[in-house]
Amino acid sequence: MKIGVLGLQGAVREHLWALEKCGVETIVAKKSEDLADLAGLVIPGGESTTVGKLLVRFGLLEPIKERVRQGMGIFGTCTGMILLAKEIRGSDQPRLGLMDLTIERNAFGPQVESFEMELPVPVLGEEPYHAIFIRAPYAVAAGPGAEVLAELNGKIVLARQGKLLGAAFHPELTDDLRIHKLFLSMLAEKTGV
Amino acid sequence: MEKGTFTVKKGLAEMLKGGVIMDVTTPEQAKIAEDAGAVAVMALERVPADIRKEGGVARMSDPEVIIRIKEAVTIPVMAKARIGHFVEAQILQALGIDFVDESEVLTPADDRYHINKNEFTVPFVCGARNLGEALRRIGEGAAMIRTKGEAGTGDVVEAVKHIRTVMDEIRRVQNTPDEELMTVAKELGAPYELVVEVKRLGRLPVVNFAAGGIATPADAALMMQLGCDGIFVGSGIFKSDNPAARAKAIVEATAHYNDAKILAEVSRGIGGAMRGINVSGMHEEDRIAGRGW
Repeated sequence: MKIGVLGLQGAVREHLWALEKCGVETIVAKKSEDLADLAGLVIPGGESTTVGKLLVRFGLLEPIKERVRQGMGIFGTCTGMILLAKEIRGSDQPRLGLMDLTIERNAFGPQVESFEMELPVPVLGEEPYHAIFIRAPYAVAAGPGAEVLAELNGKIVLARQGKLLGAAFHPELTDDLRIHKLFLSMLAEKTGV
Repeated sequence: MEKGTFTVKKGLAEMLKGGVIMDVTTPEQAKIAEDAGAVAVMALERVPADIRKEGGVARMSDPEVIIRIKEAVTIPVMAKARIGHFVEAQILQALGIDFVDESEVLTPADDRYHINKNEFTVPFVCGARNLGEALRRIGEGAAMIRTKGEAGTGDVVEAVKHIRTVMDEIRRVQNTPDEELMTVAKELGAPYELVVEVKRLGRLPVVNFAAGGIATPADAALMMQLGCDGIFVGSGIFKSDNPAARAKAIVEATAHYNDAKILAEVSRGIGGAMRGINVSGMHEEDRIAGRGW
């Protein structure tokens, strides 16, 4: 199974390291031709307005959506979750708009409010997940297509829809591979988006 | 729930990788930077080229300027404090700034000591010319390092020298037997534990950006190819003929730094670069990279 990490900007290498530990083949995806044979694409943490603009300028928005229609999955962390959402409150920034989520950006405040915590994620089992939130977004609402996997104070911080997975925090900054493995297991499922 | 941990501070720097951080002096410039795709802006009263020209004591910017810039954009906002001026840093933290640059571009407030950055919730970036300087700053709590280069000149030669020096010293540490690391730490003037970590990682323990003299898309790509994690552009954008076009081109060049075809394309038709100052012709006392201890 080959997984691409979108390499335009952000915490690219951390996702590559995590995926390599999971034992899958990885590439850094920067151009539409890099998407051709990917089972999944990871959109790392970064600055969502920057990555969105670069997706438009280098003509990647439509090719990514087309590959998703053909069955490619996407795992978006922080910036990636924002770009996956259909609605971003108060913003018309470029996005993929594939998940039924309404996102609030920088929802916890400026960097001094960034935090780490033990987050209960029932789908991963009893043991909580050490979640790192950095100028993080959350989703205030999920449409019928999206399944909420974790909440923090009533706000959605992990959600899936078919083969799409969005996290408001940064699994790439921890050594806990459970969320990357969850994504890889979603890709192996037979159901389409 | 824990705030202000080193993981969280360092984490924001990781998220800026592959991006461009631009100096801005007004909310309008901040919008231009954001629209061009900057990952963050540095809020200032004067860009380094003007600080250099006008002389006098360069201090933290007026909070009014910083607040107005903060209100204009959604991307992270950074601001500079003088070396050793921990009260300026306290004020910037109280303003809700996302990153503090303890910067040699401003006139140092302490001629011996830097800020104890571990005490703060807000993360810090500091300049470094070599591995020892970088590790001393990290030891004090810096969550991000940048080359010092020679700010406000538009001449990339010093930034190149600084990243080459850091990379060379990292390679040497990697090839040093464990029993020699304490002596290496002594010679570098760096904390031993951090030297050990550099050997283990084969890189700095925090991200390392380029700064000080980057003026063109090619300069940005050069620094990325030399091993920097991202780019600061100070005077290079708003002292050029067409700031919006140049800012966008530098963002694109940083994202595709290894693709000469794209670099050729984005470098076309963006107007003249800042005129700049040739560093080799400068008087020693006009250089600011030597500030910092």
